[in-house]
Amino acid sequence: MRFKQHSVLPGFGLGLGYTLFWLCLIVLLPLAALLMKSASLSAEAFWAIVSTDRVVAALKLSFGASLLAASLNAFFGFLVAWVLVRYPFPGKRLVDALVDLPFALPTAVAGISLTTLYAPNGWFGQYLVPLGINVAFTPLGILVALTFISLPFVVRTVQPVLEDLEAELEEAATCLGATRWQIFSRVLFPAVLPALLTGFTLAFARATGEFGSVIFIAGNIPMVSEIAPLLIIGKLEQFDFLGATAIAVVMLVISFVMLFAINLIQWWSSRRHGMTR
Amino acid sequence: MASLSTAAPRGIATTEPAWVRYTFTGLALTFLGLFLLVPLVSVFAEALAKGWSLYLDALIEPEALFAMKLTLIAALIAVPLNVVFGVAAAWSIAKFDFHGKSLLITLIDLPFSVSPVVAGLTYVLMFGAQGWLGEWLSAHDIKIIFAVPGIVLATVFVTFPFIARELIPLMQAQGADEEQAALVLGATGWQTFWHITLPNIKWGLLYGVILCNARAMGEFGAVSVVSGHIRGETNTIPLHVEILYNEYNFVGAFACASLLAVLALVTLALKTLVEWRAARQLGNDVPLEARARLAAAK
Repeated sequence: MRFKQHSVLPGFGLGLGYTLFWLCLIVLLPLAALLMKSASLSAEAFWAIVSTDRVVAALKLSFGASLLAASLNAFFGFLVAWVLVRYPFPGKRLVDALVDLPFALPTAVAGISLTTLYAPNGWFGQYLVPLGINVAFTPLGILVALTFISLPFVVRTVQPVLEDLEAELEEAATCLGATRWQIFSRVLFPAVLPALLTGFTLAFARATGEFGSVIFIAGNIPMVSEIAPLLIIGKLEQFDFLGATAIAVVMLVISFVMLFAINLIQWWSSRRHGMTR
Repeated sequence: MASLSTAAPRGIATTEPAWVRYTFTGLALTFLGLFLLVPLVSVFAEALAKGWSLYLDALIEPEALFAMKLTLIAALIAVPLNVVFGVAAAWSIAKFDFHGKSLLITLIDLPFSVSPVVAGLTYVLMFGAQGWLGEWLSAHDIKIIFAVPGIVLATVFVTFPFIARELIPLMQAQGADEEQAALVLGATGWQTFWHITLPNIKWGLLYGVILCNARAMGEFGAVSVVSGHIRGETNTIPLHVEILYNEYNFVGAFACASLLAVLALVTLALKTLVEWRAARQLGNDVPLEARARLAAAK
């Protein structure tokens, strides 16, 4: 088998060569440096670092809050995509453009803005705190920040699939006597499910690595509201490079698993819809 | 987006009763209002809380001006580097068939799934005082970590996939027929690229540049790790916002934050405009992003 099929177009060597060179320089070499550094730790030493109570608590918080935020976004993201595609209302284009705000707004800005809103004297805080709901400087605040930054993912993966659904399918189901709920749960939802899962995983992956928006609102109390990326920064500031590397490797491995899961979902859905597309 | 307005009205058989529609729409808009609109509005409200003169003073303060300059420099270097990479990657991936293509695409997407803090750490381990190249760099008096080159590198890393992943599905969908025709008619490789490929991908490229630039100017985590937070030397606007906020200088922090919020609004406006233009140019009412996603899913 030849590596490349013949083509009359020029520039393959130059294009691919430059792509690989730049990929290695910017992405692969630095990641290799991280893995090499962690390889200088023995297995016991590595385990001793990542199994301390503080690290375990931070990892649990990071992944637990991300899971909750992604779930919240799976529900509301689906609802927003549904409403944007299927129901008319004034100002729809504006709302549609606004959905991407978390992608465009720097995370530090989101962080200070959310913190100020939910602080005891803030716009939301002044009503929530008397009810006993403390958002700022608690794990609940982390959930709010993570929900904000991962909001567009589900909407933007589900929306095009909903737009592409053919009305004929629904009409046929209606003619065959299905109720709206049956049509939703047996015709529409299964078609959208792969996109929903992809969006959920993307939102989860993004939320686990988030730093900028969270550190402002979290309060960063060890064991309570300290996220894993912050622990890495803390270790770096104490020049504990090995400690920082060990936590980073754990996070990296988990994000690779997420990436693999996303690819698996896409492979599964393209196989399922292989006949129609 | 064009597709939203052209959607045909649905028949009674394929939509829900009015009260369900109104409830869902109300719920969705309330959610977006509370989670997106209010935080955005509050940035400007806080920035102007003590009046316009304090707001403007906070913006023309020398450290703030320096942070703006550094942010612009970092974006002006990082975005063109990623444009060249994105075009080269998309050209070789979309126009040719070779083994390991999907692995290459996955690797290009990798920076999206790496936490920015971890990305910053990898550069510290490469170029820091105790890193791989640390001794060699200090022997040659080259400073990367806690200096501007480190900030640029971290920015390039976090924005790495933006332009490539916008162009690859677009160029794959367009195929290589037009380029082949141009070559057969005697055009050189560069002529083909400048006169055929580039005009075809210009909206996709612009779209990628807009998103890439927004992220480059707003990046916090990765830049925070490699910058060292030296005021007036290695502070970008997001880092400057953090310092002011931690000093309880809320007007200053929100004033600088409002600049970034304006940048975000401009980004959204340009993005919507480009989507609209691209849809018109292609005589196709599916938004650019949606088409790209669908093409990628195939």
